[in-house]
Amino acid sequence: MSWFGRLTEGLSKSTKKLANNITGLATGTLPLDEERLDAIEEGLIAADLGPRVAARIRERLADQKYAKGIDDDGVRAVVADEVAQILAPVARPLAIIRKPQVILVVGVNGSGKTTTIAKLARLFKADGKQVMLAAGDTFRAAAIAQLKIWADRVGVPIVAGDQGGDAASLAFDAVKRAMDEGIDVLIIDTAGRLQNKTGLMDELAKVKRVIGKLDPAAPHDVLLVLDATTGQNALNQIEVFGQVAGVTGLVMTKLDGSARGGMLVAAAEKFGLPIHAIGVGEGMDDLQPFTPQDFAAALVGTA
Amino acid sequence: MFDSLSERLGGIFDRLRGRGALTEIDVRAAMREVRVALLEADVALPVVKDFIEAATQRAIGAEVIKSVTPGQQVVKIVNDCLVELLSGGEDVPPLKINVTPPAVIMMVGLQGSGKTTSTAKLASWLGTRERKKVLMASLDVARPAAQEQLRVLGEQTEIATLPIIPGQTPVQIAERARQSARLQGFDVVLLDTAGRLGVDEALMAEMAAIAGATNPDEILLVVDSLTGQDAVNVAAAFKARVALTGVILTRMDGDARGGAALSMRSVTGTPIRFAGTGEKLDALEAFDANRVAGRILGMGDIVGLVEKAAANFEAEQAEKMAEKLAKGQFDMDDLRQQLGQMKKMGGLSGLAAMMPGMGAAKKAMDSGAINPKLLDRMEAIILSMTAKERAKPEILTAKRKIRIANGSGTTVQDVNKVLKMHQEMANAMKRLKKMGGIKGMMKMLSGMGGAPGPEGGAPGGDPGGAIDMGALGRMFGRPGMGNLPPGFNKFGRK
Ligand SMILES: Nc1nc2c(ncn2[C@@H]2O[C@H](COP(=O)(O)OP(=O)(O)OP(=O)(O)O)[C@@H](O)[C@H]2O)c(=O)[nH]1
Ligand SMILES: [Mg+2]
Repeated sequence: MSWFGRLTEGLSKSTKKLANNITGLATGTLPLDEERLDAIEEGLIAADLGPRVAARIRERLADQKYAKGIDDDGVRAVVADEVAQILAPVARPLAIIRKPQVILVVGVNGSGKTTTIAKLARLFKADGKQVMLAAGDTFRAAAIAQLKIWADRVGVPIVAGDQGGDAASLAFDAVKRAMDEGIDVLIIDTAGRLQNKTGLMDELAKVKRVIGKLDPAAPHDVLLVLDATTGQNALNQIEVFGQVAGVTGLVMTKLDGSARGGMLVAAAEKFGLPIHAIGVGEGMDDLQPFTPQDFAAALVGTA
Repeated sequence: MFDSLSERLGGIFDRLRGRGALTEIDVRAAMREVRVALLEADVALPVVKDFIEAATQRAIGAEVIKSVTPGQQVVKIVNDCLVELLSGGEDVPPLKINVTPPAVIMMVGLQGSGKTTSTAKLASWLGTRERKKVLMASLDVARPAAQEQLRVLGEQTEIATLPIIPGQTPVQIAERARQSARLQGFDVVLLDTAGRLGVDEALMAEMAAIAGATNPDEILLVVDSLTGQDAVNVAAAFKARVALTGVILTRMDGDARGGAALSMRSVTGTPIRFAGTGEKLDALEAFDANRVAGRILGMGDIVGLVEKAAANFEAEQAEKMAEKLAKGQFDMDDLRQQLGQMKKMGGLSGLAAMMPGMGAAKKAMDSGAINPKLLDRMEAIILSMTAKERAKPEILTAKRKIRIANGSGTTVQDVNKVLKMHQEMANAMKRLKKMGGIKGMMKMLSGMGGAPGPEGGAPGGDPGGAIDMGALGRMFGRPGMGNLPPGFNKFGRK
């Protein structure tokens, strides 16, 4: 089943609520009056677009004149369209064009980094690439064991050290090995960290710097993994991880839940960073490409 | 971002500066900006709506303190409402850990919310602070190496963990944990469950089954303070399946505004017990409603400013009074003004609450030891006096007292009590004046890093010092009466 199918299946309840928010005030073809615009704005806020972006979209809709009126489905389609348009420029899958292509995965604690790495490894392997993982989370208890289990399940090699070891030198070793062994894709896990912890962020910058010693272009991708349940702080995460680690793209996880991930809309407007994929479950096959239409449709409940 | 909120609030109210009470139109204008602030702090929309309505009702008609703008006053009222809601009032019961052992505490929540770390932190807290013998068990058979993670954390915190037996279901592990805890004499067993989504019917049913099998004394929902609007869905979904008893808010050391706290508190109806404030295993704190309210609203400076203005205003009034007093002018009208301030203390915590004895008075009022109606009665007595009598209470003869008692619906005894209170207060004021006045006292209090507790100053105290806490305590204190202001002991509930 597609993530969109899952989404609409699992979420009928909260989706309905949102749909009711956005329209549900009127049946039949009516003008897009203040009351309906209010409802649209609130629906967008409830989807985590944030009050400012929601107000802007509302204004844009208010500017378009629906002289002959518009029905509920029409309103939903128009809102979804508006959202999809904002997202269209950032929907870009992760292309493997280097050898080895080094991908560094970063994010706050528990956002889904390690699981996403397993999913990506699975995807690239299915594509016929030689994939290698690096257990760069040397901090959290059992983080190495967790990635080892995933490497095992996916069937790819892993470079791992001991808990408490130096993450930067582990990353260095992994890149070196990937070069020596003719690996196509090396994906490096990192410990979760809150972006306001400067000490931990400096460490991340160091990991990046050290990798660059072997190949100035590496890491070729720095993926920030965002949890869909996160609110407006996600924007902050993008900004700070961007400054410190040079984030090149986003993956959003946990879209199989009731959270809508609307801050991606605000993020697309503000940062324009590519969104590569979305996570829709805990299994290694639960990764889907990011498609603006589907995302927007789920967001406004046109299912 | 929030400077602009203060600026916008300022703009709205510039034309209104200095007017008396807040009107509905003013309040609603300010609340529109507050609404945006709350939404930006990730408070869930339905919660914002209810909250704004309640706060609006409270703000309409409230007095604006001198030197504060109406917008700032609204912010202060909103802040007070936030604190009230977040703290859940006085009657938050302690964690149920003193039951027939083992007490069972079950941790639930979304994937990645911080359950495992919080489990280890709570276990460590129970072990060190409450001196409990604690067992932890991971029921997470879904996430790779989750059980191993808890085992390692157990080693680090020196808390026992249930031995891992591969292949058992979560319900089987939970039952084994409870049984082991009972047999091995543990006081508390903590069950760390796998993360699950509210929309995942199978896993939600599994969670309910675990709760059904172990009958936990506490079921704590672990929530990431970075959570956005989804907080309401999460809270409702978990509440619908298990009897939640509390919330732990994690990652409070991040820079999120933490609006999820308000959403969680409102939707679960259970207290927020703890805040996780770091990755270290002792980074668990009792939830502080004041701090979190300030963070959600992002207007701590304004709240502080209003509080200070209120204190200054009261200090000014008190100073004026002390001056009058020095000239022997503290009359019944002045006493009435004091009573008015005491009545206001419900809404304001200014100097009055900081003064030794006054804090106790407020506490006594809150707890019902002093009937708030009493203040009305005292006011009525003073209002039944003629202007001349109020200015010169010494002219009150027995006959006049009877008239006043009849006029105020009280007794001559009550009238005498008011007179006595006036006398004692006048004396106290005189002593205060000698000690450098109210402002001097305030300076000293702030120099000491805050107000003394309601218990007033230290007992005894060395005589001779210009200002000593013992003297302050004696000045306002009344042994056995929790240091009520002078004269108040006579009005305790009979
Ligand atoms: N439902 C759902 N759960 C997910 C998804 N992605 C990850 N998870 C779960 O979220 C939890 C945390 O995932 P991890 O991959 O360990 O997250 P992390 O960012 O590596 O965490 P730390 O290393 O502790 O910072 C696990 O229980 C995962 O199974 C997703 O797309 N949907
Ligand atoms: Mg990880």
